[in-house]
Amino acid sequence: MTPQPNALELDDLVMHFGPVRAVDGVSLRIPRGRVTALVGESGSGKSTVGRCVVRLVEPTAGTVRIAGTDVTHLTRRQLRRHRSDVSIVFQDPAGSLDPRMLVGDIVAEPLRLSGRRLSGRDRQARVAAELGRVGLRAEVARRYPHELSGGQRQRVSIARALISEPNLLIADEPTSALDVSVQASVLNLLADLQRDIGFACLFITHDLSAVEYLADDIAVMYLGQLVEQGSREQIFTRPAHPYTQALLAAAPLADPVRQRQRQPVLLGDDLPSALDPPSGCRFRTRCPLAFDRCASETPAQVEYGGGMAACHLVQPDGTRPDVRAADSSEVLS
Amino acid sequence: MTTTGQLGDPPAPGAPALELRDLSVTFRTEGGIVSAVDRVSLDLAPGEIVGMVGESGCGKSVTAMSIAGLLPESARISGSIRLQGTELVGARDSVLRRVRGKEIAYIFQEPMSSLNPVLTVGRQITEVLQVHERMSRRAARARAVELLTLVGIPSPATRVDNYPHQLSGGMRQRVMIAMAVACGPKVLVADEPTTALDVTVQAGILQVLRDLRDRLGTSILIITHDLGVIADVADRVVVMYAGRVVERAQVTDLFAHPHHRYTAGLLSASPTPGVHAGTQRLQEIPGLVPVLSTQPDACTFADRCPAADARCRDAAPPLDAVAAATDHLAACWHPCPIPRTQPEEASA
Ligand SMILES: Nc1ncnc2c1ncn2[C@@H]1O[C@H](COP(=O)(O)OP(=O)(O)OP(=O)(O)O)[C@@H](O)[C@H]1O
Ligand SMILES: Nc1ncnc2c1ncn2[C@@H]1O[C@H](COP(=O)(O)OP(=O)(O)OP(=O)(O)O)[C@@H](O)[C@H]1O
Ligand code: SF4
Ligand code: SF4
Ligand SMILES: [Mg+2]
Ligand SMILES: [Mg+2]
Repeated sequence: MTPQPNALELDDLVMHFGPVRAVDGVSLRIPRGRVTALVGESGSGKSTVGRCVVRLVEPTAGTVRIAGTDVTHLTRRQLRRHRSDVSIVFQDPAGSLDPRMLVGDIVAEPLRLSGRRLSGRDRQARVAAELGRVGLRAEVARRYPHELSGGQRQRVSIARALISEPNLLIADEPTSALDVSVQASVLNLLADLQRDIGFACLFITHDLSAVEYLADDIAVMYLGQLVEQGSREQIFTRPAHPYTQALLAAAPLADPVRQRQRQPVLLGDDLPSALDPPSGCRFRTRCPLAFDRCASETPAQVEYGGGMAACHLVQPDGTRPDVRAADSSEVLS
Repeated sequence: MTTTGQLGDPPAPGAPALELRDLSVTFRTEGGIVSAVDRVSLDLAPGEIVGMVGESGCGKSVTAMSIAGLLPESARISGSIRLQGTELVGARDSVLRRVRGKEIAYIFQEPMSSLNPVLTVGRQITEVLQVHERMSRRAARARAVELLTLVGIPSPATRVDNYPHQLSGGMRQRVMIAMAVACGPKVLVADEPTTALDVTVQAGILQVLRDLRDRLGTSILIITHDLGVIADVADRVVVMYAGRVVERAQVTDLFAHPHHRYTAGLLSASPTPGVHAGTQRLQEIPGLVPVLSTQPDACTFADRCPAADARCRDAAPPLDAVAAATDHLAACWHPCPIPRTQPEEASA
């Protein structure tokens, strides 16, 4: 039996925009039907990874394989055959939906582009079914995007992304432009659809807490590179990289009693730039645990607890640092 | 009225630094008069941090901007805004100008748009000091370095000569705070000061705000949509929905037992790290966010509320104490009867 190819494989992906090293050697695998969250701060290169996967940009180096096919350097025309394999949902639903098109036409557009011939009635039925799946009434098809709320518009983008039945969905911060009370319903919707349909998903976000119940695996990005990867459980309960630990410690809990008992981790905000990343470990200018070797030597990706972490203080035997103990420079094991 | 909470410990309650009473704001628009803020009342004690939360468009920024007269011509304000006893509604422009910057200062979400790109940050701070405090150039520069130190900027003596584009977003926001507190304002209004920043940078900015309160006794009104930020820094919380205050309480009381149905929904809709592991769903609040308080005779949350009945659609609930002798107020006909069961963190 030949194993099923992964939904997505990135090998040493590099994307430079002139001198800007937006993505600098990212390797990642998403098995079929699994959800990987790509987490990192603004400017770390998350969206650029997503845009390389759907080939809105052509990578500088490395490979992108979708369902076993190398799509890294395919031309627009060659890509068309693979278009229905992968879809993307963007952060800003207002900006990504054409304001002059009716919702029904927006949702049906991928069908038209795939070149499949469908009668008007079949097309309408598909659109109605897809709108129903994302919790919108079929009448919405005859409205314009500006006549919908932000949450409804994001549902329309999801319907458009899923109508071609892709094996892989790239969701680039699909809820960050939405109101808190609406975010939950869009996250739940994506989780339900993913479980029902079984597409694989690369879920891009800067908010770790948003993905906890959605992601199987988590990849943490810092300044164009992955610093840690692992199962959700591993990342939330035994984060190894100081940056991951800081991210978890810095997100305030919505509970005043517990929040104020926590020991704060303050990183300093002298953020390095992707134009001129620091030598050695790129996190060292903000890392409370940095020592001499961090400036001179790039940390290797160490296998750790079924995942990976790139820090000199992480060992394959399970030894990991603890940023909260920065002053005593204690090491957990 | 302010009592000392278990957290934060604001200074002894005296006269409030800022008092809003029945503040209403309407706008003249093409489509007629629209109401943005409806009878909002709120006190800020000296040295107190009050957090304001609510959906997008519910009137948080309009409330904040009305305080120092920052709203456009098309706005009509009624009610009362008293800053240490001085009435600001209807005050002359000269009064408002003196108050702005000196007594009340603002910081906004996007520091880049509020900083002048062609002046060094030092020049921008010294300008404020020279205008409001009539300081000499030398004294002002020394004070600028002090202020940059106060807000936690590393090597302030060098950074003072930087232009805004040479600083990261977090450092720009620190500069904005330094400018805002340059003249020792009694009240600082921070409208989404960390929304554009990453969590690791946000933590530092919130620390600076707390420090200012502790060291200078500044009263702070912080507006945010993030309940985690509220839980972290606020002494008291005001929850707004569609132009109205729907709940107001000490921070621990609000999180332990939200009484208004919207507050309760908002609290359970917020993901908490370590809580939703596995397949547990997030709680949703169904329905659409109303744009404005269009329903004078109803609860504005009735369309989305699981507990709504005929009474909720017939009359607007008043903002009343949830029990005798408490400073926990809610505007709900059928408040949540039981405290919230706090979700347990999976592990530390
Ligand atoms: N077309 C482009 N030309 C030049 N630089 C670019 C381009 N697109 C992205 N960049 C740069 O690449 C880096 C990574 O950007 P990217 O948008 O991928 O970050 P991100 O992690 O998605 O951030 P955010 O959370 O803000 O969306 C940034 O420094 C950005 O300025
Ligand atoms: N100049 C104006 N003219 C007309 N309406 C306005 C004006 N400024 C604000 N509004 C309306 O007043 C209401 C309250 O707006 P406000 O900016 O206070 O919301 P907010 O709570 O700060 O929201 P957000 O979280 O999105 O910042 C909104 O419905 C808005 O459209
Ligand atoms: S390699 Fe050094 S600087 Fe980088 S995360 Fe580890 S300890 Fe910090
Ligand atoms: S007054 Fe009625 S509709 Fe409004 S929140 Fe309370 S129960 Fe719900
Ligand atoms: Mg992005
Ligand atoms: Mg606002």
